[in-house]
Amino acid sequence: MRFFEFEARRIVEQAGIPVTSYGFCTTPDEAREAAAEIGGPTVVKSQVLTGGRMKAGGVKFADTPDEAAAHAEEILKLEINGHMPRGVLVDPKAEVKQEYYAGVVWDGTAKKPLMLFSDMGGIDIEQVAEEHPDHVGRGHISNLDPVFDFQAKEVIAATGVTGSQLNRATPILARLAELFRDGDMLLAEINPLAELTDGRFVALDAHMEMEDEATGRQAELLREKLGIAEDDTRDTYVPSEFERRVKAIDAADHRGVIQGKDHNFDGNLGLVIGAGGGSLTLTDAVRSQGGKPANYSEIGGNPSVAKACGLAKEVLQKDGVEKIAVMMSIVSNTRVDIVARGVIKACLELGRDPSEAIAVFRIPGAWEDEGARILDHYGVEYYDRSVSLWDAAGRAVEKVQGAS
Amino acid sequence: MSDAASAGDSIFIEIEMSDAVASDPELATKLQEVCPVSIFKATDSGPEIVVSQLDECVLCELCVEAAPQGGIEIIKKYG
Repeated sequence: MRFFEFEARRIVEQAGIPVTSYGFCTTPDEAREAAAEIGGPTVVKSQVLTGGRMKAGGVKFADTPDEAAAHAEEILKLEINGHMPRGVLVDPKAEVKQEYYAGVVWDGTAKKPLMLFSDMGGIDIEQVAEEHPDHVGRGHISNLDPVFDFQAKEVIAATGVTGSQLNRATPILARLAELFRDGDMLLAEINPLAELTDGRFVALDAHMEMEDEATGRQAELLREKLGIAEDDTRDTYVPSEFERRVKAIDAADHRGVIQGKDHNFDGNLGLVIGAGGGSLTLTDAVRSQGGKPANYSEIGGNPSVAKACGLAKEVLQKDGVEKIAVMMSIVSNTRVDIVARGVIKACLELGRDPSEAIAVFRIPGAWEDEGARILDHYGVEYYDRSVSLWDAAGRAVEKVQGAS
Repeated sequence: MSDAASAGDSIFIEIEMSDAVASDPELATKLQEVCPVSIFKATDSGPEIVVSQLDECVLCELCVEAAPQGGIEIIKKYG
Protein backbone atom coordinates (compact mmCIF):
# COMPACT_ATOMS: atom_id res chain seq x y z
CA MET A 1 0.00 0.00 0.00
CA ARG A 2 1.40 3.35 -1.04
CA PHE A 3 1.07 6.54 0.94
CA PHE A 4 0.64 10.09 -0.22
CA GLU A 5 3.45 12.44 0.68
CA PHE A 6 1.37 14.18 3.35
CA GLU A 7 0.64 10.83 4.99
CA ALA A 8 4.28 9.76 4.80
CA ARG A 9 5.15 13.07 6.44
CA ARG A 10 2.75 12.32 9.30
CA ILE A 11 4.23 8.85 9.71
CA VAL A 12 7.80 10.12 10.08
CA GLU A 13 6.61 12.95 12.31
CA GLN A 14 4.86 10.47 14.61
CA ALA A 15 8.06 8.43 14.75
CA GLY A 16 9.82 11.44 16.25
CA ILE A 17 11.67 12.54 13.14
CA PRO A 18 11.74 16.35 12.73
CA VAL A 19 9.79 17.80 9.82
CA THR A 20 9.12 21.37 8.72
CA SER A 21 5.65 22.73 9.54
CA TYR A 22 3.36 21.85 6.64
CA GLY A 23 -0.28 21.89 5.68
CA PHE A 24 -2.35 19.38 3.74
CA CYS A 25 -5.07 21.29 1.89
CA THR A 26 -7.94 20.37 -0.38
CA THR A 27 -9.03 23.91 -1.31
CA PRO A 28 -7.23 27.13 -2.35
CA ASP A 29 -8.50 28.85 0.81
CA GLU A 30 -6.94 26.18 2.99
CA ALA A 31 -3.69 26.59 1.04
CA ARG A 32 -3.77 30.35 1.67
CA GLU A 33 -4.29 29.80 5.40
CA ALA A 34 -1.51 27.21 5.56
CA ALA A 35 0.93 29.50 3.72
CA ALA A 36 0.06 32.41 6.04
CA GLU A 37 0.63 30.24 9.08
CA ILE A 38 3.97 29.00 7.77
CA GLY A 39 5.06 32.54 6.83
CA GLY A 40 7.56 33.37 4.10
CA PRO A 41 7.99 31.64 0.73
CA THR A 42 6.30 28.27 0.33
CA VAL A 43 6.16 25.40 -2.10
CA VAL A 44 2.79 23.91 -3.18
CA LYS A 45 2.95 20.23 -4.13
CA SER A 46 0.34 18.02 -5.77
CA GLN A 47 -0.57 14.94 -3.74
CA VAL A 48 -0.66 12.14 -6.29
CA LEU A 49 0.60 8.56 -6.19
CA THR A 50 2.76 8.94 -9.26
CA GLY A 51 6.08 10.45 -10.20
CA GLY A 52 6.91 13.35 -12.51
CA ARG A 53 5.08 16.00 -10.49
CA MET A 54 7.63 18.74 -11.06
CA LYS A 55 7.76 18.17 -14.83
CA ALA A 56 3.95 18.11 -15.08
CA GLY A 57 3.57 21.39 -13.23
CA GLY A 58 2.43 19.81 -9.99
CA VAL A 59 5.04 21.59 -7.86
CA LYS A 60 5.08 25.41 -7.71
CA PHE A 61 6.78 28.01 -5.54
CA ALA A 62 4.92 30.91 -3.95
CA ASP A 63 6.12 34.07 -2.24
CA THR A 64 2.79 35.04 -0.70
CA PRO A 65 -0.31 33.25 0.68
CA ASP A 66 -2.40 34.54 -2.25
CA GLU A 67 0.10 33.14 -4.70
CA ALA A 68 -0.01 29.80 -2.84
CA ALA A 69 -3.81 29.79 -3.14
CA ALA A 70 -3.61 30.52 -6.87
CA HIS A 71 -1.12 27.70 -7.38
CA ALA A 72 -3.29 25.35 -5.32
CA GLU A 73 -6.29 26.13 -7.51
CA GLU A 74 -4.34 25.18 -10.64
CA ILE A 75 -2.71 22.11 -9.16
CA LEU A 76 -5.93 20.72 -7.71
CA LYS A 77 -7.36 20.57 -11.26
CA LEU A 78 -4.21 19.14 -12.79
CA GLU A 79 -4.23 15.47 -13.78
CA ILE A 80 -0.79 13.87 -13.64
CA ASN A 81 -0.24 10.54 -15.43
CA GLY A 82 -3.95 9.81 -15.15
CA HIS A 83 -4.12 10.66 -11.44
CA MET A 84 -6.14 13.52 -9.98
CA PRO A 85 -4.58 14.94 -6.81
CA ARG A 86 -5.96 14.07 -3.38
CA GLY A 87 -5.00 17.61 -2.34
CA VAL A 88 -1.91 19.79 -2.09
CA LEU A 89 0.87 19.96 0.46
CA VAL A 90 1.99 23.46 1.41
CA ASP A 91 5.56 23.43 2.67
CA PRO A 92 8.00 26.16 3.67
CA LYS A 93 10.71 26.82 1.12
CA ALA A 94 13.48 25.66 3.38
CA GLU A 95 16.95 27.23 3.59
CA VAL A 96 18.98 24.13 2.91
CA LYS A 97 22.68 23.82 3.54
CA GLN A 98 23.07 20.18 2.47
CA GLU A 99 20.73 17.44 1.24
CA TYR A 100 21.06 13.82 2.39
CA TYR A 101 19.20 10.59 1.72
CA ALA A 102 17.96 8.22 4.44
CA GLY A 103 16.09 5.09 3.58
CA VAL A 104 15.19 1.59 4.64
CA VAL A 105 14.20 -1.10 2.15
CA TRP A 106 13.41 -4.79 2.40
CA ASP A 107 16.34 -6.91 1.26
CA GLY A 108 14.65 -10.00 -0.13
CA THR A 109 17.92 -11.87 -0.50
CA ALA A 110 19.10 -11.33 3.08
CA LYS A 111 15.49 -11.41 4.36
CA LYS A 112 16.22 -8.39 6.55
CA PRO A 113 15.60 -4.64 6.40
CA LEU A 114 18.49 -2.74 4.87
CA MET A 115 19.37 0.78 6.03
CA LEU A 116 20.70 3.13 3.36
CA PHE A 117 22.24 6.56 3.75
CA SER A 118 23.86 8.98 1.35
CA ASP A 119 25.34 12.43 1.64
CA MET A 120 24.03 13.08 -1.88
CA GLY A 121 20.30 13.61 -1.32
CA GLY A 122 17.61 15.06 -3.53
CA ILE A 123 18.25 12.67 -6.40
CA ASP A 124 17.37 9.02 -6.93
CA ILE A 125 19.38 6.75 -4.66
CA GLU A 126 19.71 4.27 -7.57
CA GLN A 127 21.53 6.94 -9.56
CA VAL A 128 23.83 7.76 -6.64
CA ALA A 129 24.56 4.07 -6.05
CA GLU A 130 25.50 3.63 -9.71
CA GLU A 131 27.53 6.79 -10.23
CA HIS A 132 28.93 7.38 -6.74
CA PRO A 133 28.90 4.06 -4.88
CA ASP A 134 31.28 5.40 -2.22
CA HIS A 135 28.58 7.90 -1.23
CA VAL A 136 26.09 5.20 -0.20
CA GLY A 137 26.29 3.50 3.20
CA ARG A 138 24.43 0.25 3.85
CA GLY A 139 23.67 -1.92 6.86
CA HIS A 140 21.14 -4.60 7.76
CA ILE A 141 19.07 -4.59 10.91
CA SER A 142 17.49 -7.52 12.71
CA ASN A 143 13.85 -8.41 12.18
CA LEU A 144 13.45 -8.87 15.94
CA ASP A 145 16.14 -7.11 17.97
CA PRO A 146 15.95 -3.38 18.76
CA VAL A 147 17.62 -0.98 16.34
CA PHE A 148 20.63 0.55 18.04
CA ASP A 149 21.93 4.01 17.20
CA PHE A 150 25.44 2.69 16.64
CA GLN A 151 24.16 0.60 13.72
CA ALA A 152 22.75 3.69 12.03
CA LYS A 153 25.90 5.63 12.88
CA GLU A 154 28.08 3.05 11.11
CA VAL A 155 25.98 3.30 7.97
CA ILE A 156 26.15 7.10 7.92
CA ALA A 157 29.83 7.23 8.79
CA ALA A 158 30.58 4.98 5.81
CA THR A 159 29.71 7.92 3.56
CA GLY A 160 32.30 10.17 5.22
CA VAL A 161 29.83 12.17 7.31
CA THR A 162 31.37 13.14 10.67
CA GLY A 163 30.94 15.50 13.62
CA SER A 164 27.64 17.15 14.47
CA GLN A 165 26.11 16.10 11.14
CA LEU A 166 26.78 12.46 12.05
CA ASN A 167 25.31 12.92 15.52
CA ARG A 168 22.18 14.66 14.23
CA ALA A 169 21.50 12.24 11.36
CA THR A 170 22.05 9.09 13.44
CA PRO A 171 18.79 9.07 15.48
CA ILE A 172 16.81 9.96 12.36
CA LEU A 173 18.02 6.89 10.45
CA ALA A 174 17.58 4.68 13.54
CA ARG A 175 13.98 5.89 14.02
CA LEU A 176 13.27 5.43 10.33
CA ALA A 177 14.49 1.83 10.62
CA GLU A 178 12.24 1.25 13.63
CA LEU A 179 9.18 2.67 11.89
CA PHE A 180 9.98 0.57 8.82
CA ARG A 181 9.99 -2.61 10.84
CA ASP A 182 7.19 -1.79 13.27
CA GLY A 183 5.00 -0.43 10.45
CA ASP A 184 5.49 -3.46 8.15
CA MET A 185 6.88 -1.24 5.43
CA LEU A 186 8.44 -2.29 2.17
CA LEU A 187 9.99 1.14 1.72
CA ALA A 188 10.59 4.04 4.10
CA GLU A 189 12.54 6.84 2.53
CA ILE A 190 13.37 10.45 3.40
CA ASN A 191 14.70 12.25 0.37
CA PRO A 192 15.85 14.86 0.86
CA LEU A 193 16.78 14.78 4.50
CA ALA A 194 17.88 18.39 4.80
CA GLU A 195 20.49 20.02 6.95
CA LEU A 196 19.16 23.56 7.30
CA THR A 197 21.37 26.64 7.52
CA ASP A 198 20.77 26.71 11.29
CA GLY A 199 22.16 23.16 11.59
CA ARG A 200 18.86 21.34 12.18
CA PHE A 201 18.05 18.17 10.26
CA VAL A 202 14.49 17.88 8.90
CA ALA A 203 12.64 15.53 6.55
CA LEU A 204 11.61 17.59 3.52
CA ASP A 205 10.02 14.74 1.58
CA ALA A 206 9.17 11.18 2.50
CA HIS A 207 7.97 8.09 0.67
CA MET A 208 6.41 5.10 2.37
CA GLU A 209 5.00 1.85 1.14
CA MET A 210 3.41 -0.75 3.39
CA GLU A 211 3.13 -4.48 2.79
CA ASP A 212 -0.44 -5.03 1.52
CA GLU A 213 -0.93 -8.06 3.74
CA ALA A 214 -0.12 -5.97 6.83
CA THR A 215 -2.94 -3.46 6.43
CA GLY A 216 -5.15 -5.43 8.86
CA ARG A 217 -2.46 -5.51 11.53
CA GLN A 218 -1.69 -1.83 11.01
CA ALA A 219 -5.32 -0.74 11.37
CA GLU A 220 -4.51 1.64 14.24
CA LEU A 221 -1.94 3.52 12.18
CA LEU A 222 -4.07 3.55 9.03
CA ARG A 223 -7.50 4.33 10.46
CA GLU A 224 -6.88 6.23 13.68
CA LYS A 225 -3.61 8.06 13.05
CA LEU A 226 -3.87 8.67 9.31
CA GLY A 227 -7.64 8.55 8.84
CA ILE A 228 -7.45 6.23 5.83
CA ALA A 229 -10.74 4.47 5.11
CA GLU A 230 -10.81 0.67 4.97
CA ASP A 231 -11.84 0.61 1.31
CA ASP A 232 -9.09 3.04 0.29
CA THR A 233 -6.67 0.37 -0.92
CA ARG A 234 -4.64 2.62 -3.26
CA ASP A 235 -4.68 -0.20 -5.78
CA THR A 236 -3.94 1.51 -9.09
CA TYR A 237 -4.14 -1.71 -11.10
CA VAL A 238 -7.42 -2.00 -13.00
CA PRO A 239 -8.20 -5.67 -13.66
CA SER A 240 -9.56 -6.72 -17.04
CA GLU A 241 -12.96 -8.40 -17.43
CA PHE A 242 -11.16 -11.73 -17.83
CA GLU A 243 -9.23 -11.16 -14.62
CA ARG A 244 -12.36 -10.12 -12.74
CA ARG A 245 -14.28 -13.19 -13.86
CA VAL A 246 -11.44 -15.59 -12.98
CA LYS A 247 -11.16 -13.96 -9.57
CA ALA A 248 -14.90 -14.40 -8.98
CA ILE A 249 -14.69 -18.10 -9.91
CA ASP A 250 -11.81 -18.52 -7.50
CA ALA A 251 -13.63 -16.72 -4.69
CA ALA A 252 -16.76 -18.84 -5.09
CA ASP A 253 -15.02 -22.06 -4.00
CA HIS A 254 -12.40 -22.51 -1.28
CA ARG A 255 -10.83 -25.56 -2.89
CA GLY A 256 -7.58 -24.92 -4.77
CA VAL A 257 -6.46 -21.69 -6.34
CA ILE A 258 -6.82 -20.21 -9.79
CA GLN A 259 -5.57 -16.89 -11.08
CA GLY A 260 -5.66 -15.34 -14.50
CA LYS A 261 -3.94 -12.31 -16.03
CA ASP A 262 -4.23 -11.05 -19.54
CA HIS A 263 -2.88 -7.50 -19.59
CA ASN A 264 -0.51 -7.23 -22.56
CA PHE A 265 -1.34 -10.72 -23.80
CA ASP A 266 -3.08 -11.04 -27.15
CA GLY A 267 -1.87 -14.37 -28.51
CA ASN A 268 -3.71 -17.43 -29.78
CA LEU A 269 -2.54 -20.03 -27.26
CA GLY A 270 -4.52 -20.04 -24.02
CA LEU A 271 -2.60 -21.19 -20.96
CA VAL A 272 -4.02 -23.24 -18.10
CA ILE A 273 -0.80 -23.70 -16.20
CA GLY A 274 0.66 -23.84 -12.70
CA ALA A 275 2.47 -25.63 -9.86
CA GLY A 276 5.75 -24.79 -8.20
CA GLY A 277 6.81 -21.86 -10.36
CA GLY A 278 5.46 -23.62 -13.44
CA SER A 279 3.41 -20.70 -14.67
CA LEU A 280 6.37 -18.38 -15.18
CA THR A 281 8.60 -21.15 -16.53
CA LEU A 282 5.96 -22.37 -18.96
CA THR A 283 5.02 -18.90 -20.17
CA ASP A 284 8.70 -18.24 -20.86
CA ALA A 285 9.06 -21.63 -22.57
CA VAL A 286 6.09 -20.90 -24.85
CA ARG A 287 7.41 -17.46 -25.75
CA SER A 288 10.98 -18.65 -26.27
CA GLN A 289 9.73 -21.14 -28.85
CA GLY A 290 7.81 -18.56 -30.83
CA GLY A 291 4.43 -19.07 -29.21
CA LYS A 292 2.00 -16.28 -28.42
CA PRO A 293 0.27 -16.74 -25.06
CA ALA A 294 -3.24 -15.35 -24.78
CA ASN A 295 -2.97 -15.07 -21.02
CA TYR A 296 -1.04 -15.96 -17.92
CA SER A 297 -2.64 -18.19 -15.32
CA GLU A 298 -2.01 -20.19 -12.20
CA ILE A 299 -3.84 -23.31 -11.14
CA GLY A 300 -2.99 -25.53 -8.22
CA GLY A 301 -3.75 -26.68 -4.70
CA ASN A 302 -6.34 -29.22 -5.86
CA PRO A 303 -9.12 -27.09 -7.25
CA SER A 304 -12.59 -28.50 -7.75
CA VAL A 305 -13.70 -29.66 -11.18
CA ALA A 306 -15.93 -26.58 -11.36
CA LYS A 307 -12.99 -24.27 -10.67
CA ALA A 308 -10.72 -25.90 -13.25
CA CYS A 309 -13.61 -25.85 -15.69
CA GLY A 310 -14.29 -22.18 -14.98
CA LEU A 311 -10.69 -21.14 -15.65
CA ALA A 312 -10.49 -23.23 -18.83
CA LYS A 313 -13.77 -21.78 -20.11
CA GLU A 314 -12.62 -18.23 -19.52
CA VAL A 315 -9.35 -18.90 -21.34
CA LEU A 316 -11.06 -20.70 -24.23
CA GLN A 317 -13.51 -17.83 -24.67
CA LYS A 318 -10.86 -15.13 -24.91
CA ASP A 319 -10.69 -13.37 -28.25
CA GLY A 320 -8.18 -14.96 -30.58
CA VAL A 321 -7.66 -18.17 -28.59
CA GLU A 322 -7.40 -21.17 -30.88
CA LYS A 323 -6.21 -23.84 -28.47
CA ILE A 324 -5.31 -24.20 -24.82
CA ALA A 325 -2.22 -25.77 -23.30
CA VAL A 326 -2.79 -27.42 -19.92
CA MET A 327 0.58 -27.83 -18.27
CA MET A 328 2.13 -28.00 -14.82
CA SER A 329 5.64 -28.02 -13.47
CA ILE A 330 7.36 -30.90 -11.66
CA VAL A 331 5.26 -33.50 -9.86
CA SER A 332 2.27 -31.75 -8.41
CA ASN A 333 -0.08 -32.84 -5.65
CA THR A 334 -2.94 -31.44 -7.70
CA ARG A 335 -4.99 -34.33 -9.01
CA VAL A 336 -4.51 -34.88 -12.70
CA ASP A 337 -7.93 -36.48 -13.15
CA ILE A 338 -9.77 -33.58 -11.55
CA VAL A 339 -8.04 -31.00 -13.77
CA ALA A 340 -8.63 -33.25 -16.78
CA ARG A 341 -12.33 -33.41 -15.97
CA GLY A 342 -12.44 -29.63 -15.57
CA VAL A 343 -10.82 -28.73 -18.88
CA ILE A 344 -12.74 -31.38 -20.83
CA LYS A 345 -15.98 -30.21 -19.29
CA ALA A 346 -15.10 -26.65 -20.34
CA CYS A 347 -14.54 -27.78 -23.93
CA LEU A 348 -17.77 -29.76 -24.06
CA GLU A 349 -19.90 -27.03 -22.51
CA LEU A 350 -18.56 -24.59 -25.10
CA GLY A 351 -19.25 -27.02 -27.92
CA ARG A 352 -15.56 -27.64 -28.60
CA ASP A 353 -13.98 -31.01 -29.29
CA PRO A 354 -11.40 -31.57 -26.49
CA SER A 355 -9.05 -33.40 -28.87
CA GLU A 356 -8.98 -30.29 -31.07
CA ALA A 357 -9.15 -27.56 -28.43
CA ILE A 358 -6.49 -28.97 -26.05
CA ALA A 359 -3.10 -28.62 -27.70
CA VAL A 360 -1.19 -30.23 -24.86
CA PHE A 361 -2.08 -31.77 -21.51
CA ARG A 362 1.07 -32.23 -19.44
CA ILE A 363 0.45 -32.62 -15.72
CA PRO A 364 2.56 -35.14 -13.84
CA GLY A 365 1.36 -36.00 -10.37
CA ALA A 366 -1.40 -37.49 -8.30
CA TRP A 367 -3.95 -39.73 -9.98
CA GLU A 368 -2.24 -39.50 -13.33
CA ASP A 369 -3.43 -42.94 -14.49
CA GLU A 370 -7.01 -41.88 -13.92
CA GLY A 371 -6.35 -38.60 -15.70
CA ALA A 372 -4.82 -40.42 -18.65
CA ARG A 373 -7.93 -42.61 -18.93
CA ILE A 374 -10.22 -39.60 -19.05
CA LEU A 375 -8.07 -37.83 -21.62
CA ASP A 376 -7.76 -40.96 -23.74
CA HIS A 377 -11.55 -41.29 -23.77
CA TYR A 378 -11.80 -37.83 -25.33
CA GLY A 379 -8.89 -38.30 -27.74
CA VAL A 380 -6.48 -36.00 -25.88
CA GLU A 381 -2.87 -37.17 -25.66
CA TYR A 382 -1.50 -37.18 -22.12
CA TYR A 383 2.09 -36.22 -21.39
CA ASP A 384 3.59 -37.27 -18.06
CA ARG A 385 6.91 -36.31 -16.45
CA SER A 386 8.88 -38.02 -19.23
CA VAL A 387 8.06 -35.00 -21.41
CA SER A 388 9.94 -31.92 -20.21
CA LEU A 389 8.31 -28.53 -19.68
CA TRP A 390 10.30 -27.21 -22.62
CA ASP A 391 9.16 -30.02 -24.94
CA ALA A 392 5.53 -29.74 -23.82
CA ALA A 393 5.56 -25.99 -24.48
CA GLY A 394 7.19 -26.59 -27.87
CA ARG A 395 4.57 -29.15 -28.87
CA ALA A 396 1.80 -26.76 -27.86
CA VAL A 397 3.32 -24.03 -30.00
CA GLU A 398 3.67 -26.41 -32.96
CA LYS A 399 0.05 -27.50 -32.68
CA VAL A 400 -1.40 -24.02 -32.45
CA GLN A 401 0.79 -22.71 -35.25
CA GLY A 402 -0.14 -25.69 -37.38
CA ALA A 403 -3.79 -24.87 -36.83
CA SER A 404 -3.43 -21.22 -37.90
CA MET B 1 -16.62 -35.26 -30.42
CA SER B 2 -17.07 -38.24 -28.22
CA ASP B 3 -19.71 -36.97 -25.81
CA ALA B 4 -21.97 -34.00 -25.57
CA ALA B 5 -22.64 -31.93 -22.47
CA SER B 6 -25.81 -30.27 -21.42
CA ALA B 7 -26.70 -28.39 -18.28
CA GLY B 8 -27.74 -30.70 -15.49
CA ASP B 9 -26.12 -33.84 -16.89
CA SER B 10 -22.99 -35.34 -15.43
CA ILE B 11 -20.21 -36.03 -17.87
CA PHE B 12 -17.85 -38.26 -15.96
CA ILE B 13 -19.54 -39.90 -13.01
CA GLU B 14 -22.83 -41.66 -12.29
CA ILE B 15 -23.92 -43.24 -9.04
CA GLU B 16 -26.29 -46.13 -8.82
CA MET B 17 -28.10 -47.01 -5.60
CA SER B 18 -29.94 -50.20 -4.77
CA ASP B 19 -33.63 -49.88 -3.93
CA ALA B 20 -32.84 -50.56 -0.28
CA VAL B 21 -30.33 -47.71 -0.14
CA ALA B 22 -32.56 -45.33 -2.09
CA SER B 23 -35.37 -45.76 0.44
CA ASP B 24 -33.35 -45.58 3.65
CA PRO B 25 -33.69 -42.13 5.35
CA GLU B 26 -31.20 -43.02 8.08
CA LEU B 27 -28.54 -44.01 5.56
CA ALA B 28 -29.37 -40.83 3.60
CA THR B 29 -28.20 -38.71 6.54
CA LYS B 30 -25.03 -40.73 6.81
CA LEU B 31 -24.29 -40.40 3.08
CA GLN B 32 -24.85 -36.66 3.24
CA GLU B 33 -22.34 -36.48 6.09
CA VAL B 34 -19.60 -38.60 4.56
CA CYS B 35 -19.55 -37.26 1.00
CA PRO B 36 -16.89 -34.50 0.84
CA VAL B 37 -18.37 -32.98 -2.31
CA SER B 38 -22.08 -32.96 -1.36
CA ILE B 39 -23.35 -35.45 -3.92
CA PHE B 40 -25.98 -36.85 -1.52
CA LYS B 41 -28.90 -34.96 -0.08
CA ALA B 42 -30.85 -36.50 2.79
CA THR B 43 -34.64 -36.49 2.47
CA ASP B 44 -37.42 -38.18 4.45
CA SER B 45 -37.73 -40.84 1.80
CA GLY B 46 -34.01 -41.57 1.39
CA PRO B 47 -30.91 -40.17 -0.29
CA GLU B 48 -31.22 -38.01 -3.38
CA ILE B 49 -28.40 -37.54 -5.87
CA VAL B 50 -27.39 -33.90 -6.49
CA VAL B 51 -26.69 -34.27 -10.21
CA SER B 52 -24.82 -30.96 -10.50
CA GLN B 53 -22.23 -32.29 -8.01
CA LEU B 54 -21.63 -35.69 -9.62
CA ASP B 55 -18.63 -34.60 -11.67
CA GLU B 56 -16.96 -33.34 -8.48
CA CYS B 57 -16.76 -36.92 -7.15
CA VAL B 58 -13.21 -37.49 -5.90
CA LEU B 59 -13.61 -41.30 -5.97
CA CYS B 60 -12.99 -41.59 -2.22
CA GLU B 61 -15.65 -44.34 -2.00
CA LEU B 62 -16.75 -43.24 1.47
CA CYS B 63 -20.33 -43.61 0.26
CA VAL B 64 -19.63 -47.17 -0.92
CA GLU B 65 -18.22 -48.00 2.52
CA ALA B 66 -21.10 -46.35 4.33
CA ALA B 67 -23.72 -48.34 2.46
CA PRO B 68 -24.38 -52.10 2.73
CA GLN B 69 -22.18 -54.11 0.41
CA GLY B 70 -23.22 -53.61 -3.22
CA GLY B 71 -25.70 -50.90 -2.30
CA ILE B 72 -23.86 -48.06 -4.05
CA GLU B 73 -21.86 -48.26 -7.24
CA ILE B 74 -19.76 -45.45 -8.71
CA ILE B 75 -19.73 -45.62 -12.50
CA LYS B 76 -17.01 -43.90 -14.50
CA LYS B 77 -18.57 -42.86 -17.76
CA TYR B 78 -15.15 -42.58 -19.39
CA GLY B 79 -14.57 -46.33 -19.28
